[in-house]
Amino acid sequence: MLNKNIYLILIISLVFAISFWIGFNVNLLPAEASINAPIYDELFKILFIIGLIIFIGMTVAVIYSLFKFRKRNDQIGDGIALEGNLSLEIVWTIIPSIIVLLIGLYSYNIYDRMGGMKELNHNHEMMSSNTEKIWAGISQTSDNEIAINNLSIEVSAMQFAFLFNYPKGNFISGELHVPVDQKVSMKMESKDVIHAFWVPEFRIKQDIIPGQPTILNFTPTKVGKYPIICAELCGPYHGGMRASIIVEEESDYNEWFNKNKKPEVNL
Amino acid sequence: MTISIDPQKTNNESLQPKGWLRYFSFSLDHKVIGIQYLVCGFLFYLIGGTLASAIRIELASPMSDFMPRDVYNQVLTLHGTIMIFLWIVPVVNGAFGNYLIPFYVGARDMAFPRLNAVAFWLIPPSGLMLVASYFVEGAAQAGWTAYPPLSITTPQSGQIIWILSVLLLGGSSIFGGINFIATIIKLRRPGLKLMQLPMYCWAMLGTSLLVVLSTPVLAGTLILLSFDIIANTGFFNPVLGGNVVVYQHLFWFYSHPAVYIMVLPAFGLVSEILPVHARKPLFGYTTMVFSIMGIVVLGLVVWAHHMFTSGTPPWMRLFFTIATAFIAVPTGIKFFNWVATLWGGKISINSAMLFSCGFIINFVFGGITGVALAQVPFDIHVHDTYFVVAHFHYIVYGGTVFIIFSSIYHWFPKVTGKMLNEKLGILHFIITFIGFNLCFAPQHWLGLNGMPRRVAEYDPQFQFVNQISSIGALLMAISTIPFLVNVFLSVRNGKDSGDNPWNALTPEWLTSSPPPVENWEGEAPLVEEPYGYGKEFSEQK
Repeated sequence: MLNKNIYLILIISLVFAISFWIGFNVNLLPAEASINAPIYDELFKILFIIGLIIFIGMTVAVIYSLFKFRKRNDQIGDGIALEGNLSLEIVWTIIPSIIVLLIGLYSYNIYDRMGGMKELNHNHEMMSSNTEKIWAGISQTSDNEIAINNLSIEVSAMQFAFLFNYPKGNFISGELHVPVDQKVSMKMESKDVIHAFWVPEFRIKQDIIPGQPTILNFTPTKVGKYPIICAELCGPYHGGMRASIIVEEESDYNEWFNKNKKPEVNL
Repeated sequence: MTISIDPQKTNNESLQPKGWLRYFSFSLDHKVIGIQYLVCGFLFYLIGGTLASAIRIELASPMSDFMPRDVYNQVLTLHGTIMIFLWIVPVVNGAFGNYLIPFYVGARDMAFPRLNAVAFWLIPPSGLMLVASYFVEGAAQAGWTAYPPLSITTPQSGQIIWILSVLLLGGSSIFGGINFIATIIKLRRPGLKLMQLPMYCWAMLGTSLLVVLSTPVLAGTLILLSFDIIANTGFFNPVLGGNVVVYQHLFWFYSHPAVYIMVLPAFGLVSEILPVHARKPLFGYTTMVFSIMGIVVLGLVVWAHHMFTSGTPPWMRLFFTIATAFIAVPTGIKFFNWVATLWGGKISINSAMLFSCGFIINFVFGGITGVALAQVPFDIHVHDTYFVVAHFHYIVYGGTVFIIFSSIYHWFPKVTGKMLNEKLGILHFIITFIGFNLCFAPQHWLGLNGMPRRVAEYDPQFQFVNQISSIGALLMAISTIPFLVNVFLSVRNGKDSGDNPWNALTPEWLTSSPPPVENWEGEAPLVEEPYGYGKEFSEQK
């Protein structure tokens, strides 16, 4: 009996060790390029490790049973007439409940840190009326942000392109340029069908819906060029509906901005 | 309720065709209807599988070069619709439900045999109509979810035929659900208590409740959508002031429970198969029953987790995260109980057992990614990507389809009186298991790294992994060959199985194989312990 328990403990610790090793050493995710990304990757790592422990544990249990309890040729009759075990049932009800609850609380914390629980508002000078209903999105903020410095952009999506309107510069661009380490606030609306704005390196996605504006705020942290991908089936050329987001140093961004800026026309 | 009287049977028996012709007739025999569902479903599975192969061929290269882009969207729409509404739902519910439930409750037929036949005969015409819509202006191309406004703006004839077809299939499903509930509750043999029923009855009771509660919502939604398309109403059309997000709520109110309509019967079937081949009682019967009902209740309140990136406010996102994650608890209980059923048994390693164990491993994997997907912050990155595609194929293919094959190996002797060839069966399992995992496991990585779903073209950096996935799909296609060869050879000259080749204790085995039209020569046996392995075996044998 003692021997059996020692083997069990050994196997369980081995499963844990393997899962932790894989969880910390195998990276399945793309580069991290926004404040959101490291927070997301933290959640991913935890879920990955818990998932591996359960998956490897269950797989080992099934394969072990198939080998250990397989019917030998000389055997006849049945296995043991064991119909259940109340304490076991209680254990495997309560432990998963606790794990699920902890994961839920933890992901609430992650979501909060991503800004998901903040009230959605788009502090935009050109916002037509403050009674306008904003439907959804992430309102990401960082601790050191200065709210006034927000870069506000209006995104409109259509079959099969994104257009980025810079109201302060009074111009529209097909490429999204943003300065690094500054909060960007986007108000998005679709002109035809549902599209979605996804930047894998930023770990953010939000549908762009006709008739209902959505908000997406993010803060890029790494200079570079990243793909913007439409993630909602929008027609035959859905797979080709892509744009680029160019994260650049503030000076480069200002240069680009000033080059494209058009004088304000007052009508 | 007495079981010896069945007026429909006695009046019509002489009018029913005999032999193989009865499978093409408006038969009222639940066993014939079950086989009709199974064979019809399998033919549509071959069509859906061909479409899947076309998708994987297109995705073997990053450019859209195999078929025109709009045809690609039609193919993926038809693939999803056929696999769900014409293969998995009719087979795990209609085929096995009709064949087994009357045996399990000790009845001679279903409660409403004519309704039963109508439910089946709705399927072939609506399925053929759906496939044929390709030849009229092109099939629907808005995905199986048919989100407006895309479904309103794409060519109308295909979308309308799609709606009509899904409505008919939904009607068939509701008829079936009502029939199962009535049969399980009202046609039980005298003396048979609810808590003595084989687990598949409980699974079908839960499933049928979900069917009856949620399918009408889908029907209503699709009727409104068809008004928007035909009559220019504005329920979901934003140009006319409609709301596209409301459609998504209504659609998923059915379509998430639809996942449980596809997996709960599989949970029931595997609960029948494992005890027989492990020679052990089903572990934790009572908790299994409660976990089915727990899944039914929770399954109705989790739909918005499909909409975390749509127009949903934060509080709603959180509620659905918690509700969804908690489904893992009753589901987990079932898996622990199955492993405990294997533990200490005398397990026959045969095709039925291997497919069931493959199901456990695949489904656990899909369940784990499911709990991850339930977390809003996690989902926001991978929603509508290949990660989700991989996840739900682990659930519906790695889970349910594996159990369909397992069930065919298990009940083939019951239906035909012949055994399937075990060597071909194990070959079938090995190719399917490797092909399936090769096809779908890499897709998790694709989704995490930036490949959205439903695309005909993609970033060339993903080509290698997509080709691995396509090779897996090729193996899956090949795996149907040993299966089909096996079935054809065994039907013709398979080894005689005898009445009860597995020495099983569930009621369907306590009659001849194949069973007589009336199911039992005499009165239906009272099976109080369908899983009494290890104690009553010697007496019953």
